[in-house]
Amino acid sequence: MPSKYMIDTQAAPNRFKVLTRSGIIAWEEGCLKCPVCAKRECIYGVYDNRDLDIMQMVDSIDNQCMNCLRCVQGCPKELIHKSVNPEYEALGDSYWTPEIITTLWSQAETGRIPVSGSGYSGPFSGSGFDSMWTDMSEIVRPTRDGIHGREYISAAIHLGKTPGHLTFTHSGDLDSKPPFLVDIPLPVVLRIPPFGPMGINTIKGWALAAKKLRTFLTLPYEMIDKEMVTFKECLIPSISPAQPYGDDLLEGVRLVEVPWGEKWKEIAQEIREAHPSVLISCRIPLAMGMEEMFLHLLDSGVSIINLEGTSSGRLLDDNSVFIKDAIRSIHLALVERGIRDEVTILVGGGLAMAEHVAKAIICGADGVVIDLPILIALECRMCRRCTKQLPCPVEIDQATSSWVASRTINLLGAWHKQILEIMGAMGIRDVRRLRGEAGRAIFFEDLDRNTFRSLGEVQEGYELE
Amino acid sequence: MSLNSKPPEVVITPSRFRNPIGKYRLHRTDDCIGCGKCVELCPYGVHVIQAGHVLTKNHYRCVGPECPNPCHEACPVGALALNRNPTFDTMGDLRWTPDLLLSTWYMAENGTVPPRGLEYRIGASDGGFDRLRLVFPPAHRSQSEALNEDVDIGIYLNRRDGSSHHIRIDVPFYGGGMSYGSVSIITMLSRVRAAAAFGTFCCTGEGGYPDELKPYDDHVITQVATGLFGVREETIQRVRIAEFKYAQGAKPGLGGHLLGDKVTPAVAGMREAVAGYPLFSPFPFHSVYSVEDHKKHVDWIKTINPKALITVKVSTPTDVDMVAVGIYYAGAHIIHLDGSYGGTGAAPDIAKKNIAMPIEYAVPRVHRFLKEEGIRDKITVMASGGIRTPHDVAKIIALGADGVCTGTAELVALECIRCHNCESGRGCARGIATTDPELTELIDLEWGTQRIINLLMAWRKELIRILKRLGMKSITELVGRTDCLAHLDYMNK
Ligand code: SF4
Ligand code: SF4
Ligand code: SF4
Ligand code: SF4
Repeated sequence: MPSKYMIDTQAAPNRFKVLTRSGIIAWEEGCLKCPVCAKRECIYGVYDNRDLDIMQMVDSIDNQCMNCLRCVQGCPKELIHKSVNPEYEALGDSYWTPEIITTLWSQAETGRIPVSGSGYSGPFSGSGFDSMWTDMSEIVRPTRDGIHGREYISAAIHLGKTPGHLTFTHSGDLDSKPPFLVDIPLPVVLRIPPFGPMGINTIKGWALAAKKLRTFLTLPYEMIDKEMVTFKECLIPSISPAQPYGDDLLEGVRLVEVPWGEKWKEIAQEIREAHPSVLISCRIPLAMGMEEMFLHLLDSGVSIINLEGTSSGRLLDDNSVFIKDAIRSIHLALVERGIRDEVTILVGGGLAMAEHVAKAIICGADGVVIDLPILIALECRMCRRCTKQLPCPVEIDQATSSWVASRTINLLGAWHKQILEIMGAMGIRDVRRLRGEAGRAIFFEDLDRNTFRSLGEVQEGYELE
Repeated sequence: MSLNSKPPEVVITPSRFRNPIGKYRLHRTDDCIGCGKCVELCPYGVHVIQAGHVLTKNHYRCVGPECPNPCHEACPVGALALNRNPTFDTMGDLRWTPDLLLSTWYMAENGTVPPRGLEYRIGASDGGFDRLRLVFPPAHRSQSEALNEDVDIGIYLNRRDGSSHHIRIDVPFYGGGMSYGSVSIITMLSRVRAAAAFGTFCCTGEGGYPDELKPYDDHVITQVATGLFGVREETIQRVRIAEFKYAQGAKPGLGGHLLGDKVTPAVAGMREAVAGYPLFSPFPFHSVYSVEDHKKHVDWIKTINPKALITVKVSTPTDVDMVAVGIYYAGAHIIHLDGSYGGTGAAPDIAKKNIAMPIEYAVPRVHRFLKEEGIRDKITVMASGGIRTPHDVAKIIALGADGVCTGTAELVALECIRCHNCESGRGCARGIATTDPELTELIDLEWGTQRIINLLMAWRKELIRILKRLGMKSITELVGRTDCLAHLDYMNK
């Protein structure tokens, strides 16, 4: 077994005050100046440590308040109240919810798994990845000394094509060429997000993170300048037919992305000839009829396919189909043909939480590609002002590369631990064995229908309560 | 003749905080002439006269737009305005809506369900319990004349053998495990004393058996969990029911974890550990690899305490039905299914949301499978994990459980607001889930006990009302009666 993979996380404080779900309203008028004011009794010392951030016009009490409501309930003149923060509720959109955004922030800040007391607080189920649960085992354990023990759970996957069999010569030597594979210790590849005010430090920071994490950062070929060249081995340049590429820059690169498009075949052929050791990944849109595209690519020898859905986890041309279902059908189609291992499937679009990684793999992907989470890790509020050429409220382009790297590493560190938790509960110790294990998942549509479908009949005159 | 022993008394027990939180607030302007009309009109005692002044003392009792006699409309000088309380909307979540928190507080104060103004039956999670409805026959056909005393909501816990204790509880619930260390000793004692008052039980959780509990031995279930913290032969011999905890719903497949801050010298002593160090309870039992190993566990308890009932707590994996059958054949009396959406202790959010299935699915599956095996009437099925209201209790029983284990609802009765910060720093700022001596003092034992008694009395009354509406005389008639349920998503389809 290779040595245990650990992600070294270190707190990387927010640069801006985070938005909180609710705020404190404390009136001064009518205050009795009680000898022991309810504010002073706050066990978190929120009022005593109060300060106003002039630049951001945020009062620190809202960030520190833990919502115990003791001050609200203690003031004899009832001068203290809390109220919902409309700015918080307006964060993101219906897919990238305020809850997702704020937990990504805190994981990027601390590198820790979100833990809380007092049960689950969310909806019963939802759409897409929210419509499935993962299994657990009452007595099977993945390792003998716990999920973070010496005997470890592996989240490593390889990129590339595994041969169906090996051939040997009569003297017992390997006859076939050994497969060319690239290993990554966690099933996540980073990609430059579709928007965001990225400065050179932002991109460098992400590359640094990819290097430390021993995974890859996919970025447009033209973003690789002199400085970025030093990160070559952990970059996946994406080559578009419109942009010419310099051959020398591909020297030392291990993977190249060629997006599906008019000339992809020629480009792929060219690269293969000039750089036989470079793995080629083809990025194709997740859309209706993609199976055909897929098989076509397989025929022409592509070993990595990156399926890309929308940022809200759906097909590009049909908003009603979720990537989770699309991956399942592709995976099954390949298994039926007996060619599943001829290709690595990476899935991108709408991957927003650690659980999505595990669930995408259960549905049949080998790994995932994430983009917006690494932007949100940098405190992005998903306001999309940058897409309208307006200034970014959290000045992402101003952040230093080391801060960007730490935030990204923290986020992935927290995700890695959470993936281990999910696998540990299932009693699985190798993420490659999670692939396509749909039998170890529970799908809402099936289960709900099977359990409750017979509860639809109500006789005339009967009352519901 | 009634089987029931006398239920405890309800004693009105208001909030321990100066300003109880309501859904509405009434704003009184200086125009008020003190005529007293609002005091006279309000059916809920929101306004009072004190030393000649009219004051709005009890905002929290206001039922808002559902009021039959709105004071703010009747005030001759228009001095009153009804507003929604902004704080109300900052509380709770989709499972425990602010309405459910407040109605649970109402029950804990008054021992009955709220008259109006609050949704006390369902939350807003939009699935499971929150989309299921009880189906009542037309009013004239139900046996509404039956006396409340004649409706029996008690259940038998030993349906298996004559050699172990013969135990009946008068209410279809007992307290689920919450350990000393995760909650304060006062919280623990309040729960156990309330359980004793109802003639039911309360489980210690995995943190040992504090001496303070000794007077209530007959109502304690001692837990043997994977860390074996505080487990001794002597504690197992003291009780009538012992529980094996294989897994728990909040973190299925993961071990328990008590942060170092909460491991005070007292907690450490009880658990035979070192103060200040975090305690990990491993997952799973390191002595159990199979159903046969599980049987050895059960045999071990039976050797130490031959008359004890054995309950086995498991979570809800896809093969929960097989697990249940295995538990029965290993000799257990009770199977306790803990669904994934409940729990009180600290757990990774990813586990709470994603791992294992909600209890609403697990119970019917287990019920059906045990029936097919022909052993359903030999074992008691208890359900927990997201049971918040008396309606949830009735629904899960109609889906196939015999009874439920309470947890979060009792903490809410002690005025938990589900801020989810139980694990940070000194623990719960409201003195419930903490081991900090100063914070523990925020709750008075008599107050805590009575609040839980009141809550459970309200549940009891509501369950009796539900059974009467269904034309049933015993809660055992409701078990598995899915025809008494409708699911809104599948109606008229
Ligand atoms: S609500 Fe609680 S944590 Fe927040 S300021 Fe008031 S006392 Fe402090
Ligand atoms: S915070 Fe707004 S402006 Fe800044 S990167 Fe994010 S979406 Fe763009
Ligand atoms: S009815 Fe109006 S004027 Fe009369 S006491 Fe009430 S608030 Fe004051
Ligand atoms: S910390 Fe919050 S959620 Fe936990 S017990 Fe206390 S009030 Fe309830």
